[in-house]
Amino acid sequence: MTAMIDISDAEKTFIMHLQGGVELPVVRGVSFQVRAGECVVLSGPSGAGKSSILKMIFGNYRCDGGRIGICHEGVQIDLAKAEPRQILSVRRATIGYVSQFLRAVPRVAAIDVVAEPLIANGAAREHAREQAGSLLRALNIPQRLWALSPSTFSGGEQQRVNIARGFISDLPILLLDEPTASLDAANRAVVVDLINAKKRAGVAMVAIVHDDEIRHLIADRIVDVTSFAAAA
Amino acid sequence: MAERALDSDQPLLAADGLSKSYGRLTACRDVSFALYPGEVLAIVGESGSGKTTLLQLLSAQLAPSAGSVSYRMRDGVMRDLAALGEAERRFLFRTDWGYVHQDPALGLRMAVSAGANVGERLMAVGWNNYGRIRDSASSWLERVEIDIGRIDDPPRTYSGGMRQRLQIARNLVTEPRLVFMDEPTGGLDVSVQARLLDLIRSLVSELGLSAIVVTHDLAVARLLSHRVMVMKGGRVIETGLTDQVLDDPREPYTQLLVSSILPA
Repeated sequence: MTAMIDISDAEKTFIMHLQGGVELPVVRGVSFQVRAGECVVLSGPSGAGKSSILKMIFGNYRCDGGRIGICHEGVQIDLAKAEPRQILSVRRATIGYVSQFLRAVPRVAAIDVVAEPLIANGAAREHAREQAGSLLRALNIPQRLWALSPSTFSGGEQQRVNIARGFISDLPILLLDEPTASLDAANRAVVVDLINAKKRAGVAMVAIVHDDEIRHLIADRIVDVTSFAAAA
Repeated sequence: MAERALDSDQPLLAADGLSKSYGRLTACRDVSFALYPGEVLAIVGESGSGKTTLLQLLSAQLAPSAGSVSYRMRDGVMRDLAALGEAERRFLFRTDWGYVHQDPALGLRMAVSAGANVGERLMAVGWNNYGRIRDSASSWLERVEIDIGRIDDPPRTYSGGMRQRLQIARNLVTEPRLVFMDEPTGGLDVSVQARLLDLIRSLVSELGLSAIVVTHDLAVARLLSHRVMVMKGGRVIETGLTDQVLDDPREPYTQLLVSSILPA
């Protein structure tokens, strides 16, 4: 079985022009693969570059060297060199990303925030909202909140809206940046179930999780990011 | 964001080596890019960076000193804007393009009714049935969240936010394929801005519009656009996917712009 994600020798350095052009090497020699139905957890202390790697795979951070191979609609493409239009197409059809924080759009109801990725992919509004509702219900967001903008929600509620939005699509690759960080035990268990369901559906996942217990429950393999440390 | 029709392989509009000088002053130099159907491009930069000049060049309101702009007409043929005949230019301005000014007074007729402001664009493209024009105008007012009870009032009686929404309705009623926006939320209260941005965002996505948005506000660029071009001193200094440029800016000037945003 071929890898859904095939990263080789990827590297990232920030150049801080406003601080006298200081070079901040983040990671170097990043190489690993993720197959369909597998969840790879990135481990390492804060600042080791876990989130940066996730952002590079999503095309949010640019990659200064190496290759980020993504299997997109049956073809391998190198996201490190892809055009913006290709990256958008990859995000629409292939890679989903669940960040730690919801970037709330003013005035948009929680249920529509969740349904949006499906609608953007051509699903009927009614169907998308039904799916969104069942995810919100599973994540214990009370129905009376669905019609409100999540900008007023608590941190944990916002994170659950974000998780619902990330899990609603049937994308073959999912990137999870601390999906359980501000959740209580019951909701953490729901997220573990959602992740396991995605695995069974053949989704390739890369996750960052600090909670040891959750890590044991979801990780098929652990990649230690400290081995990619770019010596400063 | 608007995600439809992004896979189209053919650009809708292409700029090639566009420059504009006023005597010794160069307002815009050597700008080249392609805009694809369904794509929203933001042009960001501070005052005087040449963004509005570029928008006027792209929308054929200014003639370039060098370079060219081509546009794919509805028959699928790419045409140089400078070589269009009068009828074709009129078609673009009245039907196939929209232009949303920062100051709604420039894009509206302030003394005629809101309904007439919207209906006028339809009459210009040959609609002549009063009832249909009025129906279409009402449905557009509804879409931009203007109370139908105000249809007979002139926009000079409207608030700033309502005027801007009316200007958008007037532009979209002819179902343009491309909309130019010059600081569409500039000069509005923050609360009004959020509502307008959300409205623009959903209309662009529902209608599958292509748009070129000039803004100095990076939050506007982030919310509305797929791609961004950063301008400084008349040049495009950095370009890319919007979240990439804003989250991982490369050029010193872009880093300065991004770091200058005050946290809310």
